[in-house]
Amino acid sequence: MSGYILKRLVSAIPVLLGISIIVFLIMSLIPGDPATAILGSYATPENVEKLNRDLGLDQPLVMRYFIWLGNILTGDFGRSYSLNRPVIDEVLERFNATLVLAGTAFVLCSILGILAGVASAARQYGLTDKVITFVVLIGISVPSFFLGMMMILTFAVNLRWLPVSGMYAIYGGGDLPDLLNHLIMPALALAAVATGVIARLSRSAMLEVLRQDFIRTARAKGVSETRVIMGHALRAAMVSIIPVLGIQAGFVLSGAVYIEIVFQWPGVGRMLVDAILTRDLLLVQGGVVFVAACYVLFNIAVDVAQSLLDPRIRT
Amino acid sequence: MPALKVTGLAKTFSVKKPLFGAAMPGVHAVKPLSFAVEPGETLGVVGESGCGKSTLARMLVGLLEPSEGAIEIDGRALDTADPAKFGRLIQYVFQDPQSSLNPRKTIRQVMEAPLKRLYYMPRREREARISEIFASVNLREEFLDRYPHEFSGGQAQRIGIARALAAAPEIIILDEPVSALDVSVQAQVLNLLSDLRREFGLTYLFITHDLAVVEAVSDRVMVLYFGSVVEIGRARHIFANPSHPYTQLLAGSAPVVGRPLTAPEQKGTELPDPLNPPPGCAFAGRCPRATELCRTDEPILKETGDDQLAACHHPLKD
Amino acid sequence: MTVFLGLLFRNRLAAIGAVVFSIILVSVLIAPLLPLQDPDATATADRFQRPFTEGHLLGTDHLGRDLLSRLLHGTRLSLGVGVLAAVAAATIGSAVGIVAGYFGGRIDNLIMRGVDMLMAFPYILLALAIVAALGPGLMNALIAVAAVNVPFFARNIRGVTVGLAGREFIDAARLAGMGHARIILTELLPNVLPVIIIAMSTTVGWMILETAGLSFLGLGSQPPQADLGSMLGEARSALISHPHTSIVPGIMIFLIVMSINLLGDGVRDALDPRLRSGALSRPRAMTLVDRKGAVPTATTDLLAIQDLHTQFHVGRRIYRAVGGVSLSVQPGECLGLVGESGSGKSVTALSVMGLVASPPGVIAGGAVRFQGEDLIGARYERLRRMRGDRVAYIFQDPLSTLHPLYRVGTQLAEAIQAHHRLSRTEARTRALALLKDVRIPNPEARIDNYPHEMSGGMRQRIGIAMALANEPDVIIADEPTTALDVTVQAQILALLDDLRRDRGLAIIFITHDFGVVAQLCDRIAVMYAGRIVEQGPTRAVLDAPAHPYTKRLIACVPELGGGQRALAAIPGLPPVVDDLPPGCVFAPRCDKARQGCRDGEITLAGSGPRAVRCLYPEEVI
Repeated sequence: MSGYILKRLVSAIPVLLGISIIVFLIMSLIPGDPATAILGSYATPENVEKLNRDLGLDQPLVMRYFIWLGNILTGDFGRSYSLNRPVIDEVLERFNATLVLAGTAFVLCSILGILAGVASAARQYGLTDKVITFVVLIGISVPSFFLGMMMILTFAVNLRWLPVSGMYAIYGGGDLPDLLNHLIMPALALAAVATGVIARLSRSAMLEVLRQDFIRTARAKGVSETRVIMGHALRAAMVSIIPVLGIQAGFVLSGAVYIEIVFQWPGVGRMLVDAILTRDLLLVQGGVVFVAACYVLFNIAVDVAQSLLDPRIRT
Repeated sequence: MPALKVTGLAKTFSVKKPLFGAAMPGVHAVKPLSFAVEPGETLGVVGESGCGKSTLARMLVGLLEPSEGAIEIDGRALDTADPAKFGRLIQYVFQDPQSSLNPRKTIRQVMEAPLKRLYYMPRREREARISEIFASVNLREEFLDRYPHEFSGGQAQRIGIARALAAAPEIIILDEPVSALDVSVQAQVLNLLSDLRREFGLTYLFITHDLAVVEAVSDRVMVLYFGSVVEIGRARHIFANPSHPYTQLLAGSAPVVGRPLTAPEQKGTELPDPLNPPPGCAFAGRCPRATELCRTDEPILKETGDDQLAACHHPLKD
Repeated sequence: MTVFLGLLFRNRLAAIGAVVFSIILVSVLIAPLLPLQDPDATATADRFQRPFTEGHLLGTDHLGRDLLSRLLHGTRLSLGVGVLAAVAAATIGSAVGIVAGYFGGRIDNLIMRGVDMLMAFPYILLALAIVAALGPGLMNALIAVAAVNVPFFARNIRGVTVGLAGREFIDAARLAGMGHARIILTELLPNVLPVIIIAMSTTVGWMILETAGLSFLGLGSQPPQADLGSMLGEARSALISHPHTSIVPGIMIFLIVMSINLLGDGVRDALDPRLRSGALSRPRAMTLVDRKGAVPTATTDLLAIQDLHTQFHVGRRIYRAVGGVSLSVQPGECLGLVGESGSGKSVTALSVMGLVASPPGVIAGGAVRFQGEDLIGARYERLRRMRGDRVAYIFQDPLSTLHPLYRVGTQLAEAIQAHHRLSRTEARTRALALLKDVRIPNPEARIDNYPHEMSGGMRQRIGIAMALANEPDVIIADEPTTALDVTVQAQILALLDDLRRDRGLAIIFITHDFGVVAQLCDRIAVMYAGRIVEQGPTRAVLDAPAHPYTKRLIACVPELGGGQRALAAIPGLPPVVDDLPPGCVFAPRCDKARQGCRDGEITLAGSGPRAVRCLYPEEVI
């Protein structure tokens, strides 16, 4: 088992390198001179040239990539000019907030989605199935940012049950209940789409598995129907559900960008959008590389979970 | 001159190199083997799953490139890289007749492909040729405008045979052509194949796992085990008087009406691990006659009777 | 095409989706012709007008622009950009996927590594990086969304292509002299196209959402031009004071995406051939029973099948797979049930314990009695207690009939624990004993194996051990050796024979192989098109078959030792069981058939243990 984990970790190295190359290439497509962008249009030519040299921008592209790679490997993502602080500090701080939001939403959508899918498949064509299918359809059709706005309007403005936005109350907040109170709406809005996708997939995976011969074998043994569904069928269906959970985690992370804007959640997504609009490119670059790397590691965890479930891929 | 001559043909599948450690030597799906088929002859190839019979068939028609060895047809060596060059000389009839027909093409389109691509025949000639072939495999011409899913297994296999005939090959490789069919239909197809052979002077290589079928259709039979030929001989004699203990085991295992049920004497049923093959004879582990010699030296094919060869250190006597 | 549309609109939800989408599409297309105000004309005096005010049906926004006009123009833009992105992503992605899947090997490896790398990004990061590089703007948002979706298509289509490229018709095309380009275009593409269309129809809605999302963030369309996303984004600041400016574009996005999703699902269902035949239904825990007519009275047999009728209801068609079969077994007896595929022998066997997949299966008449008790009419819980405990099954392919993710020991223990309260260790000890009973070498190590770690013969021994777990009275073996090699088959048959003699088991053995029945069974019953045509003691039937079908079927089977020869064949094909001829179902293929054979029902008649369903039998019995 530890051999498999090690193998997966080693195989992540080329992927991480690939990610860094893709981000670096996209960023080097940017027209104009970054030094001018950083120093503003009133900079003297000498200053621009000095900064270019300091940043290594007078080197050829390949050299620049390796310099940049060396820097980020030592944790130096450069300095954000709009915030005037190291990129890595800002990213780490913001990523924490995103992790709280996206993590909660991911757990929610996994549990709800799988349960809904299993219930739907077990009662195929019944009332439960129809109701779930309909709710799921609405879930995957509504834009998460619109859903979030409507939730604010209903639960915060009209009913006054929950706070409008932010992560903590400005006065006297900061403890766990306060965080949870702020977390409910954004987490639900963020989980909605992924729940729908996971529910649909779980339903069809369950239907596929329930037609397999080994389900008939279990029934022929006299195993109870509850155990056939929740044991034999769900276990086999998880083989195709788990990879989708990995993909959906990426979608939850992506959706977090919108939700953070709508609920003014101080996460990495909002930071990236602001950075793009202020053209703080080092911040964009650093944020993208950092989050993508975390996602790669998360997907390794998904693969390991998959191999724990399915002995056929454990080599 | 033999119609088909194979010398030292072998296929080794490389195993993916592990991340740590040295590369593996690869799996010998087919070990170097040589044989010849005379014009108009049917050579049966029998063996159980994993013996390499399908790999051999795919190499012979060029769908799989051999690792080593040469194929000669009518004394001319074949370029093993291009399947289209094989098409006019050697054709293939697949095991699963439905899967060998493109579900989105009419039978006419299926039949026309070899005529167009291998012979560049104009339209009128193609039509005449298709009618001719359909008549010889007893298919109605109205089938031509239908799609594959409208046919039963037996009909689809006739279409598969008709497509092979359309290329006017000298040799046809039949890869388990009746094992997907029901017995009552199986006999129809086997008889049709035998009629066609006589009518067109074809040479067959008939691959199957069914001993009774192979005996009924073949002139000679070649028995494969674990990628090697263990015995080759006249169909009439080989199962009645086997020289190799494996052939005897096969013949003794086939269920026959009137023979009492006994498990043939053997120690196990497992094939050796292809990644780590044992030295010596691959069958030694299951063989009641195996000695120390069998576990160290690999036996080679030796004459054991009239036109019968076996690869065994201790062949059975009549 | 008409079939497709028919199927599409039979799905009511898809039809609703189509109607909603057409209404939106038409109103958007004719928007320039409608007497609408200029969508970009500002009138700050009229800002934030409520809907249904004079001159502004949907009200105005924060600059006093007419919302209806902006909505229609915005929808037009959003739809156009979304569809364009989908088409671009589908075209590029599918091309990449087909090439990778068809050629395989190094090309595949290289392409898929690249795709994996792109998919290693949460999609919006890549989109944000692209927009950051190209600058905000609708065109750049389109490029970003399309680029991000290319890997999804590539991976999906590659998977399908790999499956198709391994199919034999591709090999056949190669042997027919076709080149790579021609094979891809004429053999592969027509088969992949439905998948591409399905993937596209199910993702267009998603891509419209994504482009709207980028605009919502201010990275897509730039003012004053507005698509739905940027309308929503601009309205956000006035969400609390003037919610209608947000609700109007939000509802529109929802309607578009919802109608496209409904339509997409409809397209998928109409194009997926498995759904057409209703095969995607999950089988219930027991077969549906809808018995018409009287239930036959009880007998004293151990297990009796009485006038059983099992049908498959597919659409309007009714396939009578089993049309009135009666059989019985006594303790210690082995009954062979012989027939070709489609003769109904497996369905008969599965009907005994209600294991016929349902839908579409329905038991429409007759009874199955175990020691006199009717199982067809039994409640589920009663049937479950009997399954595996009194009547056990052995199935054909041991790889697909064992659960791939449970150790074989666990699966054996479960069979026992389903009927007996046993601790884990007790169940394991019992499982170990069962492995020894079926002569698995080194059972202590084998008990913790997964099915894929065993050979076919070993797996079938596990299947037999599982059937023996609760010492049942009857074992129903459905072609247990058909998937095995001949040397392994001989061992499994010998094992079954020993077990039944040691334990006095009754076995119903289903096969198509006369050699196997001859060696194992005391009595045989021959089935054809859902009915028993002949039954009797094995030797008697094989030596002197009375039904012309039995006689000719035996003659068809080549037997070892006969030398090279022509084989007897039966002309024609077995009938399809949804349209059976009246009278003898074998008459159309029988050379002895006379007019009387085609007229009325022929009964299974005979003396003593033998019976035949024929007016002019080969032998007098």
